[in-house]
Amino acid sequence: MNEILRLIGVTHRYHGKTGETEAIRSMDLSVGEGEFLGIVGPSGSGKTTLLSILAGILEPSSGKVERNISPSEIGYMLQRDHLFEWRTIEENVILGLEIRGIKSAERVGYARSLLEKYSLGDFIKKKPSELSGGMRQRVALIRTLALRPKLILLDEPFSALDFQTRLNVAEDVREIITEEKVTAILVTHDISEAIALCDRVAVLSARPATVKKLFDNPIDKSLSSIERREHPEFANLFREVWKELEFTDEKERKSDQ
Amino acid sequence: MKKREKAISEEHLRYLKKERGRTIFIVMMQIFLLVQFFLVWELLAKYEIIDSFIFSSPSKMWESFLSLSRSGDLWRHVSATLLETVIGFISATVIGLVIAVILWSIEPLRRILEPYIVVLNALPKIALGPIIIIWVGAGKGAIIVMAILISVIITIINILNGFLSVDKDKILLMRTLSASRAQILFKLVLPSNLSNIIAALKVNVGMAWVGTIMGEYLVSREGLGYLIVYGGQVFNLSLVMCSTVILTLLAALMYFCVLILEKAVSR
Repeated sequence: MNEILRLIGVTHRYHGKTGETEAIRSMDLSVGEGEFLGIVGPSGSGKTTLLSILAGILEPSSGKVERNISPSEIGYMLQRDHLFEWRTIEENVILGLEIRGIKSAERVGYARSLLEKYSLGDFIKKKPSELSGGMRQRVALIRTLALRPKLILLDEPFSALDFQTRLNVAEDVREIITEEKVTAILVTHDISEAIALCDRVAVLSARPATVKKLFDNPIDKSLSSIERREHPEFANLFREVWKELEFTDEKERKSDQ
Repeated sequence: MKKREKAISEEHLRYLKKERGRTIFIVMMQIFLLVQFFLVWELLAKYEIIDSFIFSSPSKMWESFLSLSRSGDLWRHVSATLLETVIGFISATVIGLVIAVILWSIEPLRRILEPYIVVLNALPKIALGPIIIIWVGAGKGAIIVMAILISVIITIINILNGFLSVDKDKILLMRTLSASRAQILFKLVLPSNLSNIIAALKVNVGMAWVGTIMGEYLVSREGLGYLIVYGGQVFNLSLVMCSTVILTLLAALMYFCVLILEKAVSR
């Protein structure tokens, strides 16, 4: 498997008027091409910082980020859809093309074909407020995919949705990402979501974050996320990841006292 | 089409009719109140319950209006005031918007100028009247400068606050799409602040009238503000009242223009 991205000893500190906070400490992590990597960690463990560093928006304080792709080939999907209300769905989807000045008829056509493929064709000329939360999140994903990224970073993209929608959209996103053959990194605090979607799961420690343990997901890749949740291995892996996280939690509590 | 007609039930029709009746009633009452006001005023003056020398009367105001328009002075005064107000209003909005964009773009400059803007906002601009007259000269220029000064600072503050309250995550989204600062401004900050800018326009319409009339009180040889001051000095209350009514109508008209603009852009 070709490596698409590798972190070597990455450390990041935030500086504020009242002092500095170490968000990430000497983290090593690599991502292979075509892989779906899950990153779970306790809340406030610097997951978003990590993604910003991976995307090249943030320069780490020290350490190295090796990329076999250019930062422009990395797509980023945020927690909320952030669709612009003054643009139609189609105009929202081609926002990235406009910004990068690569709005060709072929690329716009590709974006439109994605909308149609994932059953949003009837809403092309509609405003975001006319769509449901799940649909909006799919549009946000297509906005990212329209730039044809090789790697896509997902920052808790389902956390703003209700549980029912969440399962459905998670499955949609898994399908789309598998079908379009992109590498993906999903950051989440939901263990079951990470196991249902990802090939590998990295557990982060509490702040400052390091990779505590990496788990290979033994469940068949070709299964849907719903089927994976019913797989016998699911509960085993869940328990192991959970133990690792719980341990982190306890240590945190002790150090607080 | 047929389907839609069917969809409206008897009950809903009755509801619509009732709602329409209510709207008509409200409008009728609004007109009635205005007519009543002038009618009572006229009658009180006619039967000498109030002194029409001090209070004037609708018919005297009408005479004033007719004599003004016959001499051709009416248009001269109205156009002078209107021109000053429109120029003041547009300049203040454009200048305010441009300065807000500059301050949003250059963060250190914003922090340096912040206290000055706060202090300038607190200053009653009318106090600058004599300085403006000396610097710009006692004419149209001074009036327009006054109209601009009165609204430009508050425009900067309101628009800048709107710019700064744009969702940080939306800016992050723009950055993940590798947007430049200018692209963030034109594709995110300005469009998301459209309603905020319209709100600033609405405030500025009122402010521009205040500035213009203030300016005319101080310096002018023509305009509605001048007519009001002149009428007061020669104790021609009919002229004062007549000019005030014209002023009210013009101010309302300009406000409606902004409302129409709002409807056009928010579609």
